[in-house]
Amino acid sequence: MLRVRDAMDRDYAQPLDVPALARIAHVSQAHFTRTFRATFGETPHRYLQRRRVERAMFLLRETDRSVTDICYEVGFGSPATFSRTFRDIVGRPPRTYRRETVAATGYVPTCFTKAWTRPST
Amino acid sequence: MTMFNAITHSQIYVLDQDEALDFYVGTLGLEVNTDADLGFMRWLTVNVPGHPDRQILLEKPGPPAMSEETAQQVRELVTKGATGGSLIFTTDDCRGTYETLKSRGVEFTEEPTDRPYGIDCGLRDPFGNNIRFTQPKS
Repeated sequence: MLRVRDAMDRDYAQPLDVPALARIAHVSQAHFTRTFRATFGETPHRYLQRRRVERAMFLLRETDRSVTDICYEVGFGSPATFSRTFRDIVGRPPRTYRRETVAATGYVPTCFTKAWTRPST
Repeated sequence: MTMFNAITHSQIYVLDQDEALDFYVGTLGLEVNTDADLGFMRWLTVNVPGHPDRQILLEKPGPPAMSEETAQQVRELVTKGATGGSLIFTTDDCRGTYETLKSRGVEFTEEPTDRPYGIDCGLRDPFGNNIRFTQPKS
């Protein structure tokens, strides 16, 4: 399971689906999903989404690349899915997140920005 | 060579930022340094008038910076006055300032007292934080 999670941490932008992940773990698909969830407390899909969103948060904060560009870069298939997932996890849409966070970087120590924008689930 | 050369930010926890603003600015006479709604947090800092280079962050404990359970523990510690000596200011006139603040309804924990280093006294903010101010011996 750790090997699979490492793969997701490393290759989050690849189209990793359950069959591919189960192959990495050398177990059946059903067994894989069940065990992953029991081990890490969330489905592999959700875990991968969170990795991608966290990477997107970083790119929104630190670069001026377009939201669409970032969406594909971190592995989402469409801007609509990206927007919805981002909002679901962060609580605000990508553009709002970028505007608020960039405005704060002028004077707010980064440790506070990080602590207060941490995705909680 | 010294490794550091100033303190720019200090932080204390408050339970309500509007009430904190009333108290620290309206009652104690500090200045608002920055009051910005960042969306994910309200960045509220104050400073002693004329000293914007040293800010005090009035931060409200809560998620996502800390879990709700931890925030509750922080609130309890603040309320119990267990956060230590949070801030110490200096003044030119300890007894005069004491009378002014007393008339504004501030709760004092210690009246102005002569010490080897000057005259000082202690008060509590509306949440439980301990604050002192000293008139240093000239």
